[in-house]
Amino acid sequence: MLTVASLSRRQLETRLAGPGLAVQTGAFVSRIRSPIRQVADGIALLYGNYPLHGEDGFADFHVGLQPAPGLRRWYKPQVNFDLDGQQPFEPLPEAHAFPMLEWGLNWCISTRAHAYLMIHAAVVERGGLAAILPAPPGSGKSTLCAALVNRGWRLLSDELALFRPEDGLLVPVPRPVSLKNRSIDVIRGYVADAVFSNPVSNTTKGTVAHLKAPADSVARAHETARPAWIVFPKYEAGAATSLTPIARARAFFRVADNAFNYSHMGARGFATLAGAIEGCASYDFRYSDLDEAMAVFAALEPPI
Amino acid sequence: MKALPILVRLLRDPGLVPSLDLAEWDLLLRQSTSANLSPALLALIEAHGLLDTVPAQPRAHLEWVRALATRHRQAVRFEVECIQAALARVEGLGPLLLLKGAAYAMAGLRAGAGRLFGDIDIMVPASRLDEVESALMLHGWASTQVDAYDQRYYRQWMHELPPMQHVRRQSSIDVHHAILPQTAPLHPDPDLLRAAAVPVDGAPGLATLAPADMVLHSAVHLFFDGEFDKGLRDLLDLHRLFQEFGARPGFWEALPGRARTLELERPLFYALRYSRRLLGTAVPDTVLDALAPAGPNPGLLALMDALFERALLPMHASCEDALTGIARFALYVRGNWLRMPPPMLARHLFHKAFLSPRREDKPV
Repeated sequence: MLTVASLSRRQLETRLAGPGLAVQTGAFVSRIRSPIRQVADGIALLYGNYPLHGEDGFADFHVGLQPAPGLRRWYKPQVNFDLDGQQPFEPLPEAHAFPMLEWGLNWCISTRAHAYLMIHAAVVERGGLAAILPAPPGSGKSTLCAALVNRGWRLLSDELALFRPEDGLLVPVPRPVSLKNRSIDVIRGYVADAVFSNPVSNTTKGTVAHLKAPADSVARAHETARPAWIVFPKYEAGAATSLTPIARARAFFRVADNAFNYSHMGARGFATLAGAIEGCASYDFRYSDLDEAMAVFAALEPPI
Repeated sequence: MKALPILVRLLRDPGLVPSLDLAEWDLLLRQSTSANLSPALLALIEAHGLLDTVPAQPRAHLEWVRALATRHRQAVRFEVECIQAALARVEGLGPLLLLKGAAYAMAGLRAGAGRLFGDIDIMVPASRLDEVESALMLHGWASTQVDAYDQRYYRQWMHELPPMQHVRRQSSIDVHHAILPQTAPLHPDPDLLRAAAVPVDGAPGLATLAPADMVLHSAVHLFFDGEFDKGLRDLLDLHRLFQEFGARPGFWEALPGRARTLELERPLFYALRYSRRLLGTAVPDTVLDALAPAGPNPGLLALMDALFERALLPMHASCEDALTGIARFALYVRGNWLRMPPPMLARHLFHKAFLSPRREDKPV
């Protein structure tokens, strides 16, 4: 299948500004339209090895990043995220266009794809078994995820754990990993040839940059994984590495707290989550040193 | 009339489903999402046994909305039970009379299949409003309009209490005592509507309007209002009600007379006209002949065609032309005009524009 990298920079820009660039990320095809340079820059840098779809096929999401209208565009340009005519967010400064695309694509999935039980969590896999890292922002989830996927684990997602109710397996959506503030330099130092989008400062989350997903994870975007571990990470400066088992009932509610559509899914959501908890070992994980963290993950035993 | 949008063509003729290619599915789903009709589209496709002909990608989208529709159906049943429980102590109130979406859903009508809606609408006698409001407040519903002007606007002029929301579940309820504002030029008698209400089979304590009244309420709600963002959904309600009730003996014969009694011939005229023109509803000639005098003069009718046949399409870029924005605005002005006499409207709009505190979600 053709990839985004098969387009020249000029072809990429022409599609983005015209009919839209249809990119496949895991189970979803997004048709992206935008005349904004930062969007083309981010896509050219981070999405080169993703499958490219034709100009007139089916897309799951039709998204646009368009300059906000009005006089402001001449002295303080802004960008609007648009899902087929719907604008769910306030406009942001034009420099934030690429992170806005990433947040917008996550929003499209988490508000629409109710065939899955969706949890706000990073998911990584090794030997067919997945570790789910649910956590609120600021817990070091993405830092840990970025480190793991550059030390032998496969990236399923940095933000969205998609449980398929039919068989309880996790469906990948490998996309760039969003890193914030000091994590950006930590991962630059930890991953030799890390490819990052231009850091954008002063977003609501501070300074944000996106790390390119490993090529192998993108190539294996159709391989599901069985949930095996649920790990609630917590980065604490100077903390000793510790992995503490959590009782199942407690783990259940903590995962449900991080769900996007648990209540929408009704009984199906309950059954899916209960099945996952049943088959997983759940832990609280405190860390400050990435090498020690990698060693703990490498030593995780498959649950019985 | 121009070529109809693909969603409207599908609603007219679900038999087209197997012939769609992927690009057409793409546009169909986008239009149905904009019109809030994806679950209704799924229900229609299933009712015609055509789900297996849908290609995998659009089929996945239909499964996404199935989860929402299932959850919505459960939530509506639960809310209706909660409202019943809250009003059980209001003596002599009789069965709980449901309107619109909740009525279609609880009565198991085809119009309720896959229909998403935000509020539960109920109707009680004007003389019992205070007791009903108190009972709902005791069970956790609170008025969402805190502004004194808005409170007076609803209580003095409108046909419903200020919308109430449950403090914990966030669910909304509209308590009506009539189907048009007290300030509107038409006055369909609420006593007549309540007297003809029919019990819901298999749901003790629940009632809906009689079939003809349900159609007339749906018609006046759509064609006397100023907002058409859910216009196609409401027109589809009318189409499905006409189809289902039209097959029952006596429905068509009684409808024109009932419309006259309730002063709702003009909205029924529009309902029949646009349901037929856009969705291809089958209506007996005798009914059309009986309603013909209720229509506007030919010049005005041509104008209304131009307005409604734009505003009733999905709110999607692919369904709009250069005049769509003007048509929606003109109907918005018309809707407010029909709501109250011009001097009162001027006073109301002046207050909303200059005196009301600025708020995110203003009514009107």
